Amino acid sequence: MSAIIHGAGAATALSTFNFKTLVAPCRTNIPGRSKRCIVAAGSDDDASKSFGSSILTVRHSQKLIANAVATKADMSATTGTGHELLLFEALQEGLEEEMDRDPHVCVMGEDVGHYGGSYKVTKGLADKFGDLRVLDTPICENAFTGMGIGAAMTGLRPVIEGMNMGFLLLAFNQISNNCGMLHYTSGGQFTIPVVIRGPGGVGRQLGAEHSQRLESYFQSIPGIQMVACSTPYNAKGLMKAAIRSENPVILFEHVLLYNLKEKIPDEEYICNLEEAEMVRPGEHITILTYSRMRYHVMQAAKTLVNKGYDPEVIDIRSLKPFDLYTIGNSVKKTHRVLIVEECMRTGGIGASLTAAINENFHDYLDAPVMCLSSQDVPTPYAGTLEEWTVVQPAQIVTAVEQLCQ
Amino acid sequence: MATAFSATLPLHGSQENRLLLPPTRLAPPPPSSSFLGSTRSLPIRSLNHAHASRRSPVFAVQEVVKDKKKPTNSLLITKEEGLVLYEDMILGRSFEDMCAQMYYRGKMFGFVHLYNGQEAVSTGFIKLLTQSDSVVSTYRDHVHALSKGVSARAVMSELFGKVTGCCRGQGGSMHMFSKEHNVLGGFAFIGEGIPVATGAAFTSKYKREVLKQDCEDVTVAFFGDGTCNNGQFYECLNMAALYKLPIIFVVENNLWAIGMSHLRSTSDPEIWKKGPAFGMPGVHVDGMDVLKVREVAKEAVGRARRGEGPTLVECETYRFRGHSLADPDELRDAAEKAKYAARDPITALKKYLVENKLANEGELKSIEKKIDELVEEAVEFADASPQPGRSQLLENVFADPKGFGIGPDGRYRCEDPKFTEGTAQV
Repeated sequence: MSAIIHGAGAATALSTFNFKTLVAPCRTNIPGRSKRCIVAAGSDDDASKSFGSSILTVRHSQKLIANAVATKADMSATTGTGHELLLFEALQEGLEEEMDRDPHVCVMGEDVGHYGGSYKVTKGLADKFGDLRVLDTPICENAFTGMGIGAAMTGLRPVIEGMNMGFLLLAFNQISNNCGMLHYTSGGQFTIPVVIRGPGGVGRQLGAEHSQRLESYFQSIPGIQMVACSTPYNAKGLMKAAIRSENPVILFEHVLLYNLKEKIPDEEYICNLEEAEMVRPGEHITILTYSRMRYHVMQAAKTLVNKGYDPEVIDIRSLKPFDLYTIGNSVKKTHRVLIVEECMRTGGIGASLTAAINENFHDYLDAPVMCLSSQDVPTPYAGTLEEWTVVQPAQIVTAVEQLCQ
Repeated sequence: MATAFSATLPLHGSQENRLLLPPTRLAPPPPSSSFLGSTRSLPIRSLNHAHASRRSPVFAVQEVVKDKKKPTNSLLITKEEGLVLYEDMILGRSFEDMCAQMYYRGKMFGFVHLYNGQEAVSTGFIKLLTQSDSVVSTYRDHVHALSKGVSARAVMSELFGKVTGCCRGQGGSMHMFSKEHNVLGGFAFIGEGIPVATGAAFTSKYKREVLKQDCEDVTVAFFGDGTCNNGQFYECLNMAALYKLPIIFVVENNLWAIGMSHLRSTSDPEIWKKGPAFGMPGVHVDGMDVLKVREVAKEAVGRARRGEGPTLVECETYRFRGHSLADPDELRDAAEKAKYAARDPITALKKYLVENKLANEGELKSIEKKIDELVEEAVEFADASPQPGRSQLLENVFADPKGFGIGPDGRYRCEDPKFTEGTAQV
């Protein structure tokens, strides 16, 4: 079994939190806020960074407004080492670094090789690593996912790309029965270190079948982990961590986030697969979100801050298992929870999260947990209808006002 | 894809006229294996012979065996090989019979699928493999595991659900795995194992071509006639031929998928013909004759090791018992059962060994006795083994148990002492 993770003490890490090579969560046994070794989009101890974690000095709403939104605002402010890139480039960088590091890492999927990936995540890799390491498969999700699992059982570390997460429905047999279960049914003899990744979520009028959110379908499968990336920083970090993990990991990306730009460190780093990310510390209400909804929440946060609220925004990142420590600490502080997700209302990630919070932190809640999810409808093609199926910032603002009454 | 033959072929001609060679091959390939070599003599028949008897493009192995027998006039196996084959088949049969007994005595539960009658296929193929070659099977996997080298003790304990089982009691009858002997399962849903086998073969190729290791490992995937109507089968035939993977697809056609006759569920019941449609040889062999199966297996395994790609082998075989121990087996015709019982592979091999003076009755009897004792001992061992404790419940769910996540107290759940007791909340 893996060793217990130890980390640096919280106190020392605060002001000098830079780009350490992070392999483990920084955890202490001191109660209260511990340091999360995550996001540091900017360089150093600039406490006003929206993605800085646990900086206790952040209090002034004036500073927060400017940084309450997506990273785009941060670009000019950053100095020091680091390079700027788009999210899909960050994924590619992470993948390429891992392929350089370990020759057993390979990629398989439709159009990943010569075409460079339908979202360009594997661009250039086939030229560099060859056609067998970056394998263009025929259109047979079930079979090539199973092939990846068989290859993982016999020593390789495949990264299986679903061109769209919706296509993984065709691979559900292999993911559920083999990916999740074989380690257990073989009594621990075989490990399945695969990464299954691909874009999902509602895009720009892609139609019902290409706009699916399958996180909820996979959550019950025992034996797999699910993570959702939302920024170039955590995209690269999670990609690398997922590849290095011995467990099968499903990495959910979002079609609309591939062109997000951010400055990320030059040094090597990975993000912890099981931890959530503190996006914006606050006092009044905890908003839990992931993937694209993070940006809707941050946009709503701008409005909320102007109205005098102080929301704490957490990107849960790890969809299975939930990081109940970060979430719990937040609930204990604010006593109000709003979950904002793009998943379907029925049986979605939000539904599970609501249950988990109620079960574990019921005594700390001053109001019922509110969950804003997408409507239980197939995503319509028409732009106006599509807009109404997902949660919009205005709805988030209304919900917060309602909860904070 | 247009080929030189398309001009002569009618669009909806009868099957005899369809050239069953892979369409990309305009000239017959050099005969590195007798499968491909024998197709050269196949004439393309004209429409007039539409109703002529079907000729296989790849000769049934009787022909292969005859060809081999003619020049040398020697036997197909040596004495040692014969005894190994005999012992393996006796082990398979005795073990399965003992399973039935134990099931009805309440020592094992659930779905148990027995392999009686099909031993020739398992023995014929697996006894040619090395330890590092992989075998993938279905739920009818006890004998595949035994042939590959997993001890009878480990398999019996697994069936009893004990800790000493090959999968620690967590898999059961349908999930026999062994890392040591490269048995990659044991799958409950049909067709599920074929992509996994394809992946194992992919790893062999990857090791050779990317990691530059000396790797000649082949993978043998066993599955039934019912699976051959499943999409995963076709998808994997395509990929295996496309990437020229070192894999052998072995169809154990026992004519029945529980109560569904193969002829009632398949538009073209000749499964071996589906191989050439994907660009690999398709071979049909009498699966009740271990020597014939072995000869075909030698060719197929040789092909795979040389890097020439996959082969589809259809073995005509029969299961003497029902689909599982819960199946009353009332649907199958008694005459059919009797016909195949007369072709019992063990009796056939025994006859061959005795007639060709490779072994005498006494030697064979002593093998049978030895196996009986082995199986008895396996049952005793399984009986005496402990049941899994509560602590085992949460182990092995994740290879890295951090996957259970971080609990409300800030520690990983796997660090919770209750985790090892199996009572932690996860």
